[in-house]
Amino acid sequence: MAIEVRIPTILRNYTDGAKAVEGGGTTLDELFADLEARHPGLRDRLVDEKGLRRFVNVYLNDEDVRFLGGLDTEVSDGDTVTVLPAVAGG
Amino acid sequence: MLTIERAIVDQIVSHARADHPDEACGVVAGPSGSDRPTRFVPMANAERSPTFYRFDSMEQFHVWKEMDDRDEEPVVVYHSHTATEAYPSRTDISYASEPNAHYVLVSTRDADTEFRSYRIIDGKVTEEEVTVVGAYEPDSVS
Repeated sequence: MAIEVRIPTILRNYTDGAKAVEGGGTTLDELFADLEARHPGLRDRLVDEKGLRRFVNVYLNDEDVRFLGGLDTEVSDGDTVTVLPAVAGG
Repeated sequence: MLTIERAIVDQIVSHARADHPDEACGVVAGPSGSDRPTRFVPMANAERSPTFYRFDSMEQFHVWKEMDDRDEEPVVVYHSHTATEAYPSRTDISYASEPNAHYVLVSTRDADTEFRSYRIIDGKVTEEEVTVVGAYEPDSVS
């Protein structure tokens, strides 16, 4: 088993169009590093030098990781991570 | 071009009017690939602000999951401007993240509500014609 990561439309150019990809790791940070190895450029759209990008929502199963531990959130095989761009504006 | 039913336009305008002077926001879902907005989904503006909007992250998660389960996509993403014209702001353009969506802007500044639609892709805004119909034609896909 691995961790399923659901990718939004706007980032599928990094995954050859795939709606979901698989990765591994014990934290969200490790998972994103693992994904980066196979999908170069993806991590940079999710994370900046301060942590998770402000206008990207990441959910572990059905919880927003901002209310868990951000990039330090623990993940394990069988989890589903969902990435959604925040819908926002002025 | 955006083709949309009158009843849905009225629901969007009513939502914008009800939340004025704060910005209102939401989506209209439709079958994936159909380009036809059919299911009106008003969303909370987590910012509760007259100058900014953001979908509540948990509400967005549930709405997006429901669309996924129903093989739908956000055909329309709408929000209101309450003191300026119905044209995408700089922040609207920089955060636009649904390349397949019609971005509908409503302005509640005046008594007559302005209702306009745009494509926003890679930071480029293109206004499009809005065709309001009584009901969608059966089988036709715009």
